[in-house]
Amino acid sequence: MLRRLANYLILVIVATSLAYFLAALSLNPRSNFEAQKPRPTNAQIDATLKTYNLDPETPVVVRYARWVDGIAHGNLGKDIKGGSVADDFARKVGVSIRLLVIATLIGSIGGVLVGAYGAIKQYRFFDRWTTLASFFLLAMPVFVVAIALQMFAVNINESAGSTLIQYTGEYNPTLSGFWPVMLSRLQHLILPTITLTLFQIAQYSRYQRNTMLDVLGSDFLRTARAKGLRRRTALMKHGLRTAILPIVPLLVYNIVLLFTGATFTETIFGWHGMGEWLVLSITTNDVNAVAAVSLFTAAVVLVAGLLSDLIYSALDPRVRFS
Amino acid sequence: MSDTSQDSDTSQDSDTSQDSGTSQDSTTEEGLTPVIETSKEPAADRHGGVPPLLEVSDLHVSFPSEAGPVRAVRGVSYAVRPGEVLGIVGESGSGKSVSSMAVLGLLPDSADIRGSIRMDGRELLGLNDAKMSKIRGKDIAMVFQDPLSALTPVYSIGTQIIEAIQVHQDVDKVKARTRAVELLDLVGIPDPHQRVDAFPHEFSGGMRQRAMIAMAIANDPKIIIADEPTTALDVTIQAQVLEVLKKAQDVTGAAIVMITHDLGVIAGFADRVMVMYAGRPVENGPVDEVYYRPRMPYTIGLLGSIPRVDDDERRALTPIDGTPPSMVSLPQGCPFEARCPIAIDVCREREPELVTAPGANHPSACHRSRELMEGGGEGLLDPETIYPVPPVPEAHEIERLPRAERTAVLEVDNLVKHFPLLKGAVFKRRIGTVKAVDGITLEIKEGETLGLVGESGCGKTTTLLEIMDLTGGQAGSVTVFGKDVREVKGNKARKALRRDMQIVFQDPMASLDARMPIGDILAEPLKTHGWDRARTDARIPELLELVGLNPDHADRFPQEFSGGQRQRVSIARALALEPKLVVLDEPVSALDVSIQAGVLNLLDELKSRMGLSYLFVAHDLSVVRHIADRIAVMYLGRIVELGETKSVFHEPSHPYTQALLSAVPLPDPQKERARERILLTGDLPSPANVPSGCRFRNRCPKYLQLDAGDQQRCESEDPQLQSLAPDHTAACHFAEALAVV
Repeated sequence: MLRRLANYLILVIVATSLAYFLAALSLNPRSNFEAQKPRPTNAQIDATLKTYNLDPETPVVVRYARWVDGIAHGNLGKDIKGGSVADDFARKVGVSIRLLVIATLIGSIGGVLVGAYGAIKQYRFFDRWTTLASFFLLAMPVFVVAIALQMFAVNINESAGSTLIQYTGEYNPTLSGFWPVMLSRLQHLILPTITLTLFQIAQYSRYQRNTMLDVLGSDFLRTARAKGLRRRTALMKHGLRTAILPIVPLLVYNIVLLFTGATFTETIFGWHGMGEWLVLSITTNDVNAVAAVSLFTAAVVLVAGLLSDLIYSALDPRVRFS
Repeated sequence: MSDTSQDSDTSQDSDTSQDSGTSQDSTTEEGLTPVIETSKEPAADRHGGVPPLLEVSDLHVSFPSEAGPVRAVRGVSYAVRPGEVLGIVGESGSGKSVSSMAVLGLLPDSADIRGSIRMDGRELLGLNDAKMSKIRGKDIAMVFQDPLSALTPVYSIGTQIIEAIQVHQDVDKVKARTRAVELLDLVGIPDPHQRVDAFPHEFSGGMRQRAMIAMAIANDPKIIIADEPTTALDVTIQAQVLEVLKKAQDVTGAAIVMITHDLGVIAGFADRVMVMYAGRPVENGPVDEVYYRPRMPYTIGLLGSIPRVDDDERRALTPIDGTPPSMVSLPQGCPFEARCPIAIDVCREREPELVTAPGANHPSACHRSRELMEGGGEGLLDPETIYPVPPVPEAHEIERLPRAERTAVLEVDNLVKHFPLLKGAVFKRRIGTVKAVDGITLEIKEGETLGLVGESGCGKTTTLLEIMDLTGGQAGSVTVFGKDVREVKGNKARKALRRDMQIVFQDPMASLDARMPIGDILAEPLKTHGWDRARTDARIPELLELVGLNPDHADRFPQEFSGGQRQRVSIARALALEPKLVVLDEPVSALDVSIQAGVLNLLDELKSRMGLSYLFVAHDLSVVRHIADRIAVMYLGRIVELGETKSVFHEPSHPYTQALLSAVPLPDPQKERARERILLTGDLPSPANVPSGCRFRNRCPKYLQLDAGDQQRCESEDPQLQSLAPDHTAACHFAEALAVV
């Protein structure tokens, strides 16, 4: 286990370093300042770039060394507007977590249940329709679904005569007090959660259906029923419990990686989370932010790897102690 | 341990004591005789007025399929009385498992089930899942075939037994656990307190099957249905498990329905037997009646087609030609008609009923059963002779030479194959050695068959692969046709050697490429060795004919053939280049008995016709006895006994050989009941952890009888093969012949 952790750590370091070099060498933060109006003088730009550790004249290795030194002191550098990347970072991670936790929970549990039930009812009504719907969804780009949902929400709001469902931003900043803010947050959460949940259910249910089908014909399920377990108990306790094993790594990786991967959903619904930030930082030539996001992504992969190992070995005695 | 039901509720206690009362006299060794002996009454009567526990009448099961309904079971009726053991025998696809799944209500919803299944007078068919769940595992328990896949991999053995207890009994977890430990102890799991927390993958096959039995008897069932409970196991383990099943029956007093394809297992275990063919019972009666006075050609054929360990003379087996009919489109008339040697016109028109023919003591389904009388006679048919006995092939000229004058085709001297046991991801370090093959010496002469037998994991296959590898192994030497393979340098020379030695694998499904027509499969070795097109084309029909297949079928794909036919294709492929030595790795173990006989006869015939030598690897001693001239018994990477087949079978001198032979069940009820089994304790040790001195000592029954000084010798000194007779050696310090068959 320790060795595996060490391996992952090395991978994280290699991945973030490469990302830093790539970002530092290919992005041109200077252009941001040149585009500013009024345009700062060249000397000003140079000075700013220098303080932000973005000076193209300094060898990239030196910049990298400074960046690493900063990280060691908990400092992720300055973003292109002079703000602290670390502060941005904390805020955006928070946003992503608030956006994703509910969607991920519903999406994974829903996906597993839909898939398993579809397998039990193979080729029946439920199975045929969920299969069709899943492939329909999976074949569609996220933004189509998201925008369709937004239009749907507009219709509902109009027919209700008030804004029941919000479709941009995280909450209404003009509100105050715990309950009004909470309510506003929920209203804003509905659409992105639905979007993310739908896609997760569509994807996971396909995998779960296959693994469940494998288990349905298995001898141990027959044994469980021969013991006197009812069909449903046997299916849940022996069937689903075993059928979930093969998709555990997939679930864990997907869930954890969603933290930087929900780019479209975040952008369309105006949530300023990690996914949106990644794209934004690249388009704004924000080297330090890109590096920070890469660092985060790599760390998240590490966490996902460890988590899936841990969960898997907790669930499957056959891989324990090996 | 006798009162295992102490934790169960009181009503069960009384049930049990009643049941075991009746079971005692019918199942214990001494009490077995009354029924069978010579009694002229049907065995069913021996329980007097006891009403049947389980009564299946006119059961029909069919499954929908694209080709039409598959009529898997077509009118099965039987009754099981308390404490009775009913054996159901049949080949794969005969409907034997489906009918018992129907009893438990475990068939898929798509199955169409008709008829009646009654337990204690209560109709089970049509009960909903909730009601059936109360019966399953409590009144009717089940033991399945493959205990690895039959246990849920993610729960410990204990959890699964506790679950079985708690489903039916209102006891807390602690009590259920105590009971689970008791049950494991009862079925002979060592260290039950620790092992109760082990997972299925940490158990060996035999142990898992014991755990399955523990689970089955957890609620003192009235009936235990055992579906091929020992099929996946080695003979010594099979003997152990059968013993445990018997014990389970004594403790619970349950009746047992034993489903198997093995007539030997049934012979000693069952009171009554029902033979099934194409979804119907074709013969039904007390074991002795059915085994000694069969009245249905299928039963007669089955009994004639099994090789037996107690067979002395070399005879050809009587195979049943053809294959069972498709259950989708059954022919009109008797389903066995196409394979039957005595079919007459009426057999093609009408399917016979299962009735007791005049002069018979048990029902059978054959239009001619009244003519099938023991001994034959005027206007009668002798069951012994209805199947044309294939002639024993005339020995090849080589075989007629005395052994000493023949040349050796394969000599293996002290061959060793050790696998390192490694640990660590980056830096591998050796933490042990798996001694898969640990010094093997054997020799095969021209025209000779050497049978290599042993339990799974003893190193048989590794030995074969090492020989076929032609590199000489890690130590020792392999000499093929007089050439030491170490001296054979270069691919060309090795290829030339290869052409003279060919291999036939176990699984005819997996060893033939499903995407190649069999003609191409047969042409491949020829092409590889540079035969031109015309010669190859001429050779293929020749080969197909040689193995008894239709030469016109060369363009068909393997899946269009049955298992037995596919194995014939494998044999034809091996013979394509006219080799001198053929290595056969369990060539018949995947086949049904009636098919197996045909393949064995074919091998025998080919050998005599072409003067081949065989290295025949098998775990089935009866098969080996039938085909081999000499036999080598392997245990943990070593040969422990080697000699002429007759001599080894008559006077097995190594305790392991004796145990192995005594574990083989005979398809002969009276002999089987009279036999005393040498039961080995425990499982085959891991070849990574070979005991010091004699590697068999920790399971050896003889070791236990020795005094301390002699035991010391077994512990410290590794016994070498010592000569006992002109061609018979055994690796035991205290080798002593003991007839066990």
